[in-house]
Amino acid sequence: MNIFQVAYKNLWRRKTRTLFTLIGIALSTWVLVTLLGFNKGYEQSLNENIEGMGFQIVLTAKGCPYEAATLMLKGGTGLRYMPEALVRDVAQKTEVAAAAEMLMHAEFDPNKGESGGTIVYLGIDPATYSPMKPYLQFAQGDWFASAAAGEVVLGYEAAELEQREVGDLMLLPGSTQEYKVSGILKRTGTQDDGMIFLPLQAAQKVFDKAGLLTMLGLRLKPEADQTVFEEELYQLPDVQVVSMAQVKNTILSLVASAKVIVLSIAFIAFLIAMFGVLNTVLMSVFERFQEIGILKSMGALPQNVFQMILIETTLLCALGSLAGISFALGFSSLSETAIRQLLPFTPNGRLIIIGWPVIIFSFVSITLVGIVGGVYPSLRAAAIRPLDSIRSEE
Amino acid sequence: MDTFITAQNLTKIYTRGAEKIYALNGATFSIARGAIVSVVGASGSGKTTLVNVLGCLDNPASGTLTVNGRQIFAGKLKLSETELTKIRREIFGYVFQKFFLLPTLTVKENILLPSVFQPRLRASGDRLAEILQLLGIAHRKDHLPGQLSGGEMQRVAIARALINNPSVLIADEPTGNLDSKRSEEIKSLLLDLNQKQNLTIILVTHNPELAKIGNQILELKDGTIQES
Repeated sequence: MNIFQVAYKNLWRRKTRTLFTLIGIALSTWVLVTLLGFNKGYEQSLNENIEGMGFQIVLTAKGCPYEAATLMLKGGTGLRYMPEALVRDVAQKTEVAAAAEMLMHAEFDPNKGESGGTIVYLGIDPATYSPMKPYLQFAQGDWFASAAAGEVVLGYEAAELEQREVGDLMLLPGSTQEYKVSGILKRTGTQDDGMIFLPLQAAQKVFDKAGLLTMLGLRLKPEADQTVFEEELYQLPDVQVVSMAQVKNTILSLVASAKVIVLSIAFIAFLIAMFGVLNTVLMSVFERFQEIGILKSMGALPQNVFQMILIETTLLCALGSLAGISFALGFSSLSETAIRQLLPFTPNGRLIIIGWPVIIFSFVSITLVGIVGGVYPSLRAAAIRPLDSIRSEE
Repeated sequence: MDTFITAQNLTKIYTRGAEKIYALNGATFSIARGAIVSVVGASGSGKTTLVNVLGCLDNPASGTLTVNGRQIFAGKLKLSETELTKIRREIFGYVFQKFFLLPTLTVKENILLPSVFQPRLRASGDRLAEILQLLGIAHRKDHLPGQLSGGEMQRVAIARALINNPSVLIADEPTGNLDSKRSEEIKSLLLDLNQKQNLTIILVTHNPELAKIGNQILELKDGTIQES
């Protein structure tokens, strides 16, 4: 038998109290792991979403820049349009490596999901759009054969939702012509998953937006100075210039405020864990006042008693934080669903990413904080004199 | 029999407000190796104070204490808690009225508990088997204290006190929580241990029957010893 076994068995003398303390530590750890995982997941997904767009700069019709950013990230209603001619010259500029013209159309479908939803259509030219997004791969079929072919391509989620296969025919809103599904894309984790793509000219015709565009996506040559080029674009009338780096920074700065709240909650989780442990261990020491004195009369030195109580604390914290990490891993999908319900904007992809660094940091920090909470009771225990415990027996 | 413990002019004073109470007032005596010493006296006469000082649980105010030729206390020099513990773990084993067994440890584990804190003196499996046999609790070694009778619990407490081969067993009211039958069993056991192991036993008791096993009786009255 060794001191670890004695400490472990001591923990289970008051099973209910130990269990509740473990639950308290586990909950604190769960909160911490989930928040840290969210912190990482949100930022990573946002980066992936923005980088997944494949554009460095997007031109939209003049309006609210945040609305423009949301439009690009999520698609949406309240779309604004700009004349093709207004931005066509931009695509010819020497700094531009590639440009993709797009017309977006959003249509509310009462049959989508449980309470209806918006279906987003995107008119594109595959010759300009797909080079911008080299990650796009087809699960079935290919891009439309020509602008006049009467074909559409579905994103992964759109195909799932519409229950379509390649070769199926579908009607577009406002059109009596049936469009054939020429291809279904593989999952990308970006906004493209929910889109229904059709040729740009067909989209302009079907949605009655001849000569109009919603966006022009630009990728610059490596040697081009993006800041200077953006300054040049700002001079264009009636055009909103949205730099994807700016969008990312804007959203991340908004998220930064949320991060402060997240870290405050994490700090509170730390405090809850620490005071929970302090209270439990201190109560346990008071209850075992005589017994600890007797152990010292048997030859236990103050440092032996300190070590024993601190081992109890460490075991308690380590077990609690392991349980909390398991909860966080096991219920991350549930937490993610809850967060998606609560936040107004969430990027596609995983919102909570719990990697080894988060697990190790949470385990070590909660355990250390708990141990700090156990130091005072351990010192109290080490200071108990056998004589006092014997006197209290009389 | 050779002298094992010598006490000279041991004094212990407690203060209550301005009043000084002499719990020990110049106690002088010696104890031979292998003796059974019964410490008796009325409540508050200083019995427990005496065994606390003898057992190195407390420092005397003054006086000299020598155990096995080693001077423990001399004059007004005080020993720290750690120094007292180091002496205790080498020389003494303690048994109290309450058994103080850890409820989550088995009989075997409770007996081995002192060894946990004294790796240098860690008891062997043979020593454990010997102690279990000697105390008649071998068949109970894997039971928890809650499954034992009062007498068995006190046997376990005695086994725990003896596991590291102490020279002196200090038993403070060892039968105080037991009925007469169990008290008789413990009395016989103490006598047996004394005879077979040549163990020096210092016994504090209110029980006149138990006190009779002592071949030396220290009767305390107001901190003063009347030896018989």
